[in-house]
Amino acid sequence: MKNSLNRFVPEGFKPFLSSHDYKTKKINLIKEKQTSNEIKMLDDYSHLFDELGIKDGCTLSFHHHLRNGDYVFNEVIKEIKRRNLKNITLAPSSIFPNNFQLVELIENGNVTKISTDYLNGPVAEAVSQGKLKNLLVMYTHGGRPLAISTGELTIDVAILGVPTVDKHGNGTGAIGKSACGSLGYAESDLKYAKKVVFVTDNLVEKVDNPQLDGKYVDYVLTVPAIGDPDGIVSGTTKITKDPVGLKIARYATGVLDELGLIKDGLSMQTGAGGTSLAVASYVKDLMKQRKIKGSFASGGITGYFTDMLEEGLFSELYDVQCFDLKAVQSIGKNKTHHAMSGSRYANCYDDNIVDKLDFVILGATEIDLDFNVNVTTDSHGKIMGGSGGHSDTAHGAKVTVITTNLIKSRMPIIKEKVTTVTTPGEDVDVLVTERGIAINPKRKDLLEKLKDSRLPIMTIEELLKTAHEITGVPKNQTRTDTPVGVVVYRDGTVIDTIFKV
Amino acid sequence: MKIGIAGSLESNDALITVKSSEKLEIIIESIVYDFFYEQIKAVILDTLKTANLSNVCVICKDKGALDYTIRARLLTAIERMEKA
Repeated sequence: MKNSLNRFVPEGFKPFLSSHDYKTKKINLIKEKQTSNEIKMLDDYSHLFDELGIKDGCTLSFHHHLRNGDYVFNEVIKEIKRRNLKNITLAPSSIFPNNFQLVELIENGNVTKISTDYLNGPVAEAVSQGKLKNLLVMYTHGGRPLAISTGELTIDVAILGVPTVDKHGNGTGAIGKSACGSLGYAESDLKYAKKVVFVTDNLVEKVDNPQLDGKYVDYVLTVPAIGDPDGIVSGTTKITKDPVGLKIARYATGVLDELGLIKDGLSMQTGAGGTSLAVASYVKDLMKQRKIKGSFASGGITGYFTDMLEEGLFSELYDVQCFDLKAVQSIGKNKTHHAMSGSRYANCYDDNIVDKLDFVILGATEIDLDFNVNVTTDSHGKIMGGSGGHSDTAHGAKVTVITTNLIKSRMPIIKEKVTTVTTPGEDVDVLVTERGIAINPKRKDLLEKLKDSRLPIMTIEELLKTAHEITGVPKNQTRTDTPVGVVVYRDGTVIDTIFKV
Repeated sequence: MKIGIAGSLESNDALITVKSSEKLEIIIESIVYDFFYEQIKAVILDTLKTANLSNVCVICKDKGALDYTIRARLLTAIERMEKA
């Protein structure tokens, strides 16, 4: 079967229709999990498996807030291996290079199914090689909470690393030796998993402002460390020094300004990449110059945005995940720096934040002539990332801007057709590169506003031609016909299939 | 055997080694091999022709260099080989 973008959809999955089709559908939420009367305290992963009766065929879920420093996921993987459990399904919100031990379990059939929002490193490679028995299911950050709350993704046990927990099971990520800030991606798992375990290395008498409600918690497992602080957050995130990146950021800021988006009450989101942060910094300069105060910034939050909050340039920050130490410190002390759940952030059936965004700055691995964006695979079709909140924010924001180099190591970023569609072109409005800016022709309103602009605005076809004049035309790749995964759009439909490489 | 090397393994560059040889030999390793192998080979052949060299061994380790970079690195490697 093919979807509306003419992409293959494996049997048993619903085809993508359009980014606003969710409005025509109703969903049924499953019941939240039973609250537990009593919390059991444990001190060993092995006891946990015994207590919960984790056995062949179980589904275990995790959050990725401890990122590349996470020990919890890896300890559970080791225990699965030690017990030689089979046909386990894992549903972490992301998978990072430090989860490499999972590869062996995939090869041995211990883990046969995975759903996640983002993956890179050795596990991504193994899945691309076709080693996982079942299709990899890739959600968006808003789609995962939706899938959990509707019972599409049922979780037997959520095993959640929580930096500080009290004896009532209330938890927070803002404090503790493994503090990671917001725990937004854990909330749906907490509410809908059949059983919930908090794993902590800081058990206290009382947590004052809990992010996670103890009433859902069945077990608290105390361990020496839930993660390596150096891997949990990057020390600092920095603005790019690359002149090409800075030029792209200047153009992007110019477009935003000419579109009248730099105004009182503005709301915005950017990624944590160097170019995105450069846009944030130029926007900040304009805001200060013109004495503009924004309403909120959202997303993964960096020190750049906490500085802006503290300087009074935003009223509020909505934070699903902290990207650096400054953001972690800020969420612990600034009352207007709010932690939010993944569902509140981006679930299309929730009262979500992304729908309130004026603009978002996003990246792309590839973008095509229809403005479809790929951030899931490279140009060989090998998995190297995933939507995260890409397609959620692109749909929600009034203006979606993609900033990218036109060419990266000889590869033109613009393709006639992207290798894999992550975000549909109908939600992508502006492409900014160092050689020019292209506006999605569907956005006649934007083209009208920019008609007297002195910015280098051209068609995306012209930009592609410029790229090919510099690099030559890359040879077309043929792909295999063996699916290894599906890219699930935020409404639960399949927008594209990932093939074996 | 005479040998000349130019370039680097930085992104967007290429490390090119030229050695005297009894026959023409071209070895290409590239991060964009699947997309640009033929183009890289054509640039190398064309540059060798301009330099009037037919029997050499060229090893090109490419990190996404554009044609003019490959040509410049190859010409410098040839110059260094001839001075060696």
